[in-house]
Amino acid sequence: MSIPFGGYASPEQIMRDRAEYARKGIARGRSVVVMQYADGILFVAPNPSKALHKISEIYDRIGFAAVGRYNEFESLRLAGIRYADINGYTFNRNDVTGRGLANLYAQHLGMIFTESIKSFEVEIVVAEVGDAPEDDQIYRITFDGSVFDEQGMAVIGGQAEAVGGRLKERYSEGLPLPQALDAALAALTEPGGERPPATQLEVAVLDRGREHRKFLRLTGSRLDKLLETAGEGRESARRPAAEQTSSEEAQAEQAPGATPPIAPEGEIDTGSGE
Amino acid sequence: MASQPAWMNSLFTYTGSSSFSEFVGVHAPNLLPARNESLAAPVGDEIPHATTIVAATCAGGVVMAGDRRATSGNIISQRDIEKVFRTDDYSCMGIAGTASTGLELARLYRVELEHYEKTEGRSLSTEGKAHRLATMIRGNLPMAMQGLVVVPLFAAYDPGRDAGRIFSYDVGGGPYEQKEFHSIGSGSIFARGSLKKLYRENASPQDTALTCLHALYDAADDDSATGGPDVMRKIWPVVAVITADGFRRLPDDEVAEFVESMLERRMAAPEGPTAPLR
Repeated sequence: MSIPFGGYASPEQIMRDRAEYARKGIARGRSVVVMQYADGILFVAPNPSKALHKISEIYDRIGFAAVGRYNEFESLRLAGIRYADINGYTFNRNDVTGRGLANLYAQHLGMIFTESIKSFEVEIVVAEVGDAPEDDQIYRITFDGSVFDEQGMAVIGGQAEAVGGRLKERYSEGLPLPQALDAALAALTEPGGERPPATQLEVAVLDRGREHRKFLRLTGSRLDKLLETAGEGRESARRPAAEQTSSEEAQAEQAPGATPPIAPEGEIDTGSGE
Repeated sequence: MASQPAWMNSLFTYTGSSSFSEFVGVHAPNLLPARNESLAAPVGDEIPHATTIVAATCAGGVVMAGDRRATSGNIISQRDIEKVFRTDDYSCMGIAGTASTGLELARLYRVELEHYEKTEGRSLSTEGKAHRLATMIRGNLPMAMQGLVVVPLFAAYDPGRDAGRIFSYDVGGGPYEQKEFHSIGSGSIFARGSLKKLYRENASPQDTALTCLHALYDAADDDSATGGPDVMRKIWPVVAVITADGFRRLPDDEVAEFVESMLERRMAAPEGPTAPLR
């Protein structure tokens, strides 16, 4: 299939090359943050487009976030909606689970990774909001079909490592929505950088308090107001602390040097770890 | 994997339209309510029938109400059946005719609207929703000819017009847009007569709900297949209000209040309120 000219390539080499290719593709995009907050799960993505979404509703309790090649994760998104709708229609609406969907994606991505010449250059998150915070589930699925059951938060995309580090510092259980959004934005902004304005943001929540469908896109004046509240909290309470951490981070950030970070870091995931 | 359903293979590769029922029709047709088998004998009378639904527009929206009775011939097969369904945030449908097919149709239609909304990132237009329902009703025509007739009434809030709209259908499809009010089902003739006299343009949603309850009462009064409010068992009609704020089914105690005030009035005047002559 993908044997180079004039020689033999070991399966390890082929897999490594494919993984490298996928990682490079994913690393080009901006990161997306998915995290728990007091009333559900928050999705935040820097995204200048109003029409080409990175965050989407799959079913009553299930949301989807993706980075990488748009056409590839869009086909995954549509397949997920079909899967959820047909299962919910065949059985019952609460018989559609995030776990089932995560497995479907893992199977498909794993198959493409091993069988196709080019693997998908995507990384996705499937999140399901439960009746109580303990029942919330966040699954991260990588291009090779590995599934990670994330606790509380997940970061995908180019700068995942750095963004994840910054988010971990600010994350705590049961943050109210404005504070959670503030934490997500702080994590997505490079130290010393400017935060993306509301027009460059895609924000959505799975709010466990909503009836029927829990997914809600936050746009327009609603988002503006939320950003305002998030900003106020930061100004009054955290100014000295924030300045300190940002300077520390700036140093840490410079250390890796000129090469752009590539995510996810490390060997090909086996799916058994973490 | 021979044992997995055929649609599993099509999840990732299907490139058809954003219609859920089309996808299911191609890859899992057995899941659809409309089938083409012919029955040995008409069974229409033995299968439970759902009866009267009324709808009327109000200020900034629309109200739909349905009684709770299902009948098989002369038998009351269920006293508390629900025949008015939320289909999305801004629309609902009521069903009259074969109850089982109607329930299935309502479930499919709800997924249909939601499927489009999720895949396309926008809701169908009000006309689009009405047309889609017409196609699904037409699909049931072969079954309707065997006696399994189901006819819906569709009501929606149209954000473009900031007003409620009502669409009716026949067994062959439709839609027929109705002005002001409409009713379907076995008691619909009596309900419509009542609505004709009691309907007030631009009345509040509460007043319109009361009008609809009066219409249902008049239908139950003269049609044996339509159930009146069951005070003993506390089974009240289903009343749904759709405005710019979205779909809202009135909670039971709110409907009970309406019903009690209506019954009190009817104690003194059994034929209900009269419309002014001059």
